[in-house]
Amino acid sequence: MARAIKSPSDEVVAEKSRYRLIGTPFRRVDGRAKVTGDTRFADDLRFPRMVYVKLVRSTVPHAKIKHIDFSAAESMTGVIDTLVGKDLPDPFGILPVSEDEHALAIDTVRFVGDPVAAVAALTEDVAHAAALAVQVEYEELPTISSFNEALKIPEPRIHEYGDEGNLHKKVSLQFGDIAEGFESADLVLEDTVYYEGNTHLAIEQHAAVAVPEGEDRVTVYSSTQTPHYVHRALTKVLDLEPSRIRVVSCSNGGGFGGKSDPFNHEMVVAKLALRLGRPAKITLSREEVFYCHRGRHPVLMHLRTGFRKDGSMTAQHLRTALDGGAFGSYGVASTYYTGALQTTTYQLPNYWFEGARAFTNKPPCGPKRGHGTPQPRFALEIHLDKAAKELGIDPAELRLNNLQPENSVTANWLKMGTIGLDQCIEAVCKGSRWKERYGKLPEGKGLGLACGSYLCGAGLPIYWNHMPQSGVQIKLDRSGCVAVFCGEAEIGQGSDSVLAVIVAEVLGIDLADIRLCVGDTDLTPVDLGSYSSRVTMMVGHAALQAAERARDTIAKAVAEHLQVPAEGLVFADRRVFTASDPEIGMSFSEAVVVAEALFGTLGTTGSYTPPRAPGRYRGAGVGPSPTYSYSAAVVEVEVDPETGVYDVNHVWIGHDIGTAINPVLALGQVEGSVYMGLGEAMMEEQVFRRLPKRLSSALVHKMPSLLEYKSPGFHDMPEITTYLIETDDERAPMGAKEVGQGPLLPIMPAVANAIFDAVGVRVDQVPIHPELVLKGLQEKAKGRLPRVGPGRFPDVDYGEPLVVPKQLCAQHPVVNWLAVDRD
Amino acid sequence: MSNGNSKGLTTAVLRINGQDRPVIFPTHHTLLEVLREECELTGTKHGCELGECGACAVLVDGQPVFSCLQLAAELKGHSIETVEGLQENNELHPLQATFADFGAAQCGYCTPGILMVAKALLERNPDPSEEEIREALSGNLCRCTGYNRIVQSVRWAAAISRGDEWRPPEEEFFGSPVEGE
Repeated sequence: MARAIKSPSDEVVAEKSRYRLIGTPFRRVDGRAKVTGDTRFADDLRFPRMVYVKLVRSTVPHAKIKHIDFSAAESMTGVIDTLVGKDLPDPFGILPVSEDEHALAIDTVRFVGDPVAAVAALTEDVAHAAALAVQVEYEELPTISSFNEALKIPEPRIHEYGDEGNLHKKVSLQFGDIAEGFESADLVLEDTVYYEGNTHLAIEQHAAVAVPEGEDRVTVYSSTQTPHYVHRALTKVLDLEPSRIRVVSCSNGGGFGGKSDPFNHEMVVAKLALRLGRPAKITLSREEVFYCHRGRHPVLMHLRTGFRKDGSMTAQHLRTALDGGAFGSYGVASTYYTGALQTTTYQLPNYWFEGARAFTNKPPCGPKRGHGTPQPRFALEIHLDKAAKELGIDPAELRLNNLQPENSVTANWLKMGTIGLDQCIEAVCKGSRWKERYGKLPEGKGLGLACGSYLCGAGLPIYWNHMPQSGVQIKLDRSGCVAVFCGEAEIGQGSDSVLAVIVAEVLGIDLADIRLCVGDTDLTPVDLGSYSSRVTMMVGHAALQAAERARDTIAKAVAEHLQVPAEGLVFADRRVFTASDPEIGMSFSEAVVVAEALFGTLGTTGSYTPPRAPGRYRGAGVGPSPTYSYSAAVVEVEVDPETGVYDVNHVWIGHDIGTAINPVLALGQVEGSVYMGLGEAMMEEQVFRRLPKRLSSALVHKMPSLLEYKSPGFHDMPEITTYLIETDDERAPMGAKEVGQGPLLPIMPAVANAIFDAVGVRVDQVPIHPELVLKGLQEKAKGRLPRVGPGRFPDVDYGEPLVVPKQLCAQHPVVNWLAVDRD
Repeated sequence: MSNGNSKGLTTAVLRINGQDRPVIFPTHHTLLEVLREECELTGTKHGCELGECGACAVLVDGQPVFSCLQLAAELKGHSIETVEGLQENNELHPLQATFADFGAAQCGYCTPGILMVAKALLERNPDPSEEEIREALSGNLCRCTGYNRIVQSVRWAAAISRGDEWRPPEEEFFGSPVEGE
């Protein structure tokens, strides 16, 4: 048998979809290869004469490198080469403002796991043994384990740059009139909330293979979400012209943000391949993947909000403190993101955001699904639940009454698109029978509601430029095969399928007629990569434009050939024909022949640049997006009051997706987000401990293994009821918004709110371990405040706030947080 | 310790996907390494090489085994099945078809291991309950799907194999209808 479904019942499809292919479940274009074992992940590649590479990683958290002794390693049979930091002296980093990483540490190591040296050998076994045999002598430096320690210990600095001491970045932005806002409030609520760090845990370990082509040319195959940015970093570190380096993104075995930085190991294999003139490969161990990290920042937050009696907000002051780990990574953007999207769901006229990120001697934090926004969203949504309780308003009503209007501009100058949050809230409330059951379930059972909102692509690129953020090329010829070229990276989310189906839809052909070439910096036009939920929006727009241009070219030729008007031609069912009489026409491949004869070799391009955002202040570059997705979730929990152990029994989630291009894949993204959100809410944490003094006092990862880092398994998943809300946003291709990240956001606060409904205990931190619930229950039994969470928020000097006026002067230059932060 | 190069080699005839195959490999190498490196069967994946994730699961004499924990040298005379042997010629196995169509494979990296464990389950239990499927697959981690689509795909494949008409409900293809609409 070939396939289980072609599609569900034809009547249902016809009823639900305006398009021929879009809106109908179809097998993802890479679906077959993924179930046969044919998909080539980076570690599946092998080349003749290939050498295997291993990194020597620091065993101490902060130290000067005194000496590296390779003698034992070099004496081993099969060892071919070694590399140290000075072999690759140029720094790199994903953001131009924080290029603070080296392929291998030059003088200083900054966390346990920081790469110090590399060994290349004939076999992986030898490389591994040789790497273990390299002796590194360190002179240890004081270590910083947390934001608070970074605040207290400005010297020695982990890096020689940054806003102050060991604070990497400080932000203070005021929108509207904060004092007036709080004065007009009937109720002022304050909360201190903590969100623990956690990691992506993609099942595929990072791998890269570099293949030399002559003296100064190299191809790097890598499990990367951002081949274009890796290309730029390699150019810098290898000191080669960009045209001499080709980066190919292999299918990623899961990304979630964890493969969107350029990495040490990619630089190292490229250098070794060029130096040795033979292919070089590295595959990280699971432990090393924990050291690459770039995951969720641990964030301590303080939220103070003024409410009127009707539940509307008059003002909010949010302070965040991010533990960034040892490098910049995306951290400047992460810092801004802990404040930027607080305004997109509910009306907030006056808003003060202060954020700071610290360097610590731990693996670097970066972007994980939701990048910087799940933490303040958690704080906001449990805060609103408390406000609803205080004001005697139903939490769903409080939210519905204060929604941000469509097409509006927020206090921090974000331009909204369509907003289907009301429909999301209504759908999950109806599904969960919220009105009948919230606050009325027996002790131990509870419901919790929360919402969220996310970008559909970051408005600005990582580095300042005026070029498109996505490009697509289409090549057609007499075979009838349509080849589509795009720099996008398939990380499992289905980006290949989005690209293919948009082209197929416009040209009226089947998915099987399309051949994709993606994620190859030599062969495909630039796309910035799979991050910030940008692919459907940006690749989709570029694909749409290229396909429409191809369609128009073919239509012109067919019209001339048939002597009919081009406007009346229909592209469907692999044919081109007149709308008035479908018999008049020809097959798609005949139409391409006609066009090729008339115009010569056929090819089109499409590209996309997001619209300019209205914000004109320093920091306005983080937050803008062509439009935003919305989600609401209700979670049902059952808590055992004896132990604090709780189960999530059911999750109802509504997601405003604009248009579902492939509903099965869209549902998969929603469910995957719910799963990951439950992991963050209930168990996942990337935490560290100090070894005892006799064991060096080093600051080490508490559990760098898949077994000890607890993530939900098959038995942990509840039933999920998903509502895809379609608001058909005109800013998006086919009206389609993002779905990969947004649905994660409401899950963690909905769990916390449900626990409160169940047992009256407030846990103001994640993960919500059962012992925290139990502690709250014990407090409650003693008649004390049944609240568990962080205590005091530290005194952070965020600097003078930038006061952003309500009316901005239009002629102010567009301000990019990267460009401006350089001065 | 040894430098890893001087350890002994083993010569063995391994029965892989129904065919006998002579292989020479370092004696200390796991079945995972031998499959991927000596046999070029890279469909079998690895996520930890410590028996924690299940990505490397294959069948040995019909039983699921984590190939990262199994020495290949111990498998002379045993039958090994990998994902490459799942399809019949170029026809997908029902598990492969339902996984591909129902979104049970997103990045697809954990998929080969899960498919093999599911195959073993269906061979001993052609009509497993949802709970039995979850129990059978509880040694496999997936980071993309949230698991529920995998469970439903196994049920669907079981139904197809039995000649049963059952398939996942319509709302799992299109999303749930909002009540009252």
